[in-house]
Amino acid sequence: MQFHPWMLLSVGTAMFFIGLIGVVVRRNLLVILMCIELMLNAGNICFVAFSRMHQNLNGDLVAVFVMTVAAAESAVGLGLIIALYRTLKTVESEKLQLLRD
Amino acid sequence: MDFPILWMKIAVVLVGLLATVPIMLFVERRGSALMQDRLGPNRIGPFGLLQAALDVVKFLFKEDRALRHTNQAYFTLAPWIAVVPAFMTFAVIPFASSMDWDGRHVSFQIANLDVGILYCFAIASLGVYGIIIAGWASNNKYSLMGSLRSSAQMISYELSMGLSVIGIILSFSSLKLGDIALGQGQAFFTVFGHTIPKWGVLIQPLGFILFLISVFAETNRLPFDLPEGESELVAGYHLEYGSMKFALFFMAEYINMAVASALVTTLFFGGWQMLPGFPYLHHVLFGSAEFQTQEIARVGFEALSFLSKIAFFMWLFVWVRWTIPRFRFDQLMHFGWKVMFPLSLLNVVLTAYLVMKGVL
Amino acid sequence: MNAEIIAFIALSTIALVSALLVVLRENPVGSAFSLILSFFAVAGLYALVGAHFVAALQILVYTGAIMVLFVFVVMLLNADKPVLDFLKTSKWIKMTGAAAGIILLIVTGIALQPARTIQATGPWSTEQLIASGGHTRVLSLSMFSDHLFAFELTSFLLLAAIVATIALAKRRRS
Repeated sequence: MQFHPWMLLSVGTAMFFIGLIGVVVRRNLLVILMCIELMLNAGNICFVAFSRMHQNLNGDLVAVFVMTVAAAESAVGLGLIIALYRTLKTVESEKLQLLRD
Repeated sequence: MDFPILWMKIAVVLVGLLATVPIMLFVERRGSALMQDRLGPNRIGPFGLLQAALDVVKFLFKEDRALRHTNQAYFTLAPWIAVVPAFMTFAVIPFASSMDWDGRHVSFQIANLDVGILYCFAIASLGVYGIIIAGWASNNKYSLMGSLRSSAQMISYELSMGLSVIGIILSFSSLKLGDIALGQGQAFFTVFGHTIPKWGVLIQPLGFILFLISVFAETNRLPFDLPEGESELVAGYHLEYGSMKFALFFMAEYINMAVASALVTTLFFGGWQMLPGFPYLHHVLFGSAEFQTQEIARVGFEALSFLSKIAFFMWLFVWVRWTIPRFRFDQLMHFGWKVMFPLSLLNVVLTAYLVMKGVL
Repeated sequence: MNAEIIAFIALSTIALVSALLVVLRENPVGSAFSLILSFFAVAGLYALVGAHFVAALQILVYTGAIMVLFVFVVMLLNADKPVLDFLKTSKWIKMTGAAAGIILLIVTGIALQPARTIQATGPWSTEQLIASGGHTRVLSLSMFSDHLFAFELTSFLLLAAIVATIALAKRRRS
C-alpha cells in the first residue's frame, strides 16, 4: 500500500474533532486552551497534507505562519488566564459567573 | 542507504559519548582540586583514574527506593527525558570530512539533515522537559521551584543561543552543519605568508561570545547553575533522586556539555578542520604512502583535531565552573533578557549588513 | 507494507491516542504532557512526508516553547491537582458530546472523499525538492521573496502579543 496524502488528512481531521470535543466537554480553562491548540495543530496537519497533495509549498508556508499565530495566541490566552486567576482564585470555567445576576 | 556504515557511525558516537562521562568525572574532580590547591581523589588506581569506575559501581548498588509520595511513572521517566535528547543532538555533528573507501563514499556525519542547526536547537529545547517533569514528580516544593527556575533560565537563554548563530548561518548560507564545517576551510586573509582559514570565531567574534555564554546557561553550568546549586535549593530538581536515576541526570549534564562543546567547535572553530601544523605533519608522515592510507590518515587527523577542540572546550567548562561565582536568579534573568538578547539582535543586524555589502 | 506505511501508522496512532488522552485525563499536567507527546508525534509525521522545516519548527515552537509556557502556567496557578471535571458533567452531555463529535467526523470524512483519488502533481515533487537543495532552502526562498509581507506581518503580530501578555500578566503594584 502506497502512502497517499489523504491518510495524513484523515489524521488531521480526527485530531480536529478530538480537540473540538475537548473544548465542549472540559471545564478547566487551561485544558480548554490546550484543546484549542490541538485544533490549530490539526489544521496545520491538514495544510501540510494539502501541500503534499498538490505538490507545491504553499501549504507548508501557511503551516509555518499558523504556527507563529498559534504561539502568539496561546501566549495572550495564558496571560488572560493568569489575570483571571487573580480575581477568581481558580481556573474553572464554571466560576466565570461575575456578570450573572 | 549504506546500513553497515551507518550503524558503525552510530556505535562510534554512542560509545564515544558514554566514554566521555567517566573521563569528565575524572577531569572535573582532579582539575577542580588542582585549581583549589588540593589533591582530589588520587587513591584509587594510578592518579585516581579508577575513581569513576568505582563511582559507577556505587551507583549500581545503591538502594533505589520507590518513594510513595511521588508520581511513580513520571518520576522514573524524567531522567530518560533528560538524557535521550542529549544523545540525539550528536546525529548531525560532523566529526571528519568524507572519504571514498572501498568504492563507497563515507561521510563522517550520521545524518546530514537539511535543517541542520534547527534540529540541534529543537532537540535542546526538549531537554527542558526532563527537568520540569523531575521537579514536579518529586512532590517537593524545593524541587518544583528548582525545576521551574531552571526551565525559565533555559528557555530565556535559548533565544540568544539561536540568534547568535544566525550570523554564522548568514555567512555560510546554509543551515547544514556539514556545509558550515566545510565552509570554514576557505581562506579568509593572509598574514606573513600564512593563510588564515575562515573560522567562525574570526568572522563572528561577538556571536561566539554570546553563544558560549548562552550554552553555559543552557547546560546549567556555573555561573548559571542556581537551579542545582548545593547551597541554595538543597539540590534543586534532582533532590529526590538516588542511585541510577541520579546517575542518569549526572550523565545528562556531562553529555549536554559535550554536545555544547561540539556545537561551539563546529560552528565557530572549524569543526574538523585541521589544527595549524597538522597538514604539514600529515604531509611529512604520509606524503609518500599510497592514496588509501593517505586518505585514512587525513580523516584520522581531522577527527583528532575535532576531538582536541572539544576537549579544550570541555576543559573550559570545568575551568569556568571552579573560577566564577554563580549568578542570582534575578541577575540571571536580567542578563539573559536585557543584555544578551539585544546584543544578539545587534549581531544579526550587523552581520546581515556586512553580508549584504559582500564583506563576509 | 513498506517502512513508510508502518512508520506512518505508528506515529499517527501515538498522535491520536495522546490527543484523546489530553481530553480524557483528569490532571491538567497530565493533559499537558500528553499534548507534548502528540505534538512530537506530529513532528515525526511532518518529517515523514518530507516537510523537514515544518517538522523542526513544530518541535522548536510548539513543543519547545508553547507547551513549556503551558506547563509553567499550570504549575504557577497550582492547577496541577486532579480536577474531577467528568464526575460533575452530566452523563447526557458527555454522551451527546461524544456522539456529536463522531457524527461530525463521519460527515467530514464523507465530504473529503474526493481527496482519495487526487493524483499528486505539481511543481515541487520530492525529487525536484531534493534536486533544488532541500525542502528548507526552497521554502525559505519562497517565504522571503513572494511572502515577505506575511513574514513581516507575523513579526508585528508577535510583538503585539508580547506587549499584550506582559500588560495582562504583570503584577500590579497597587
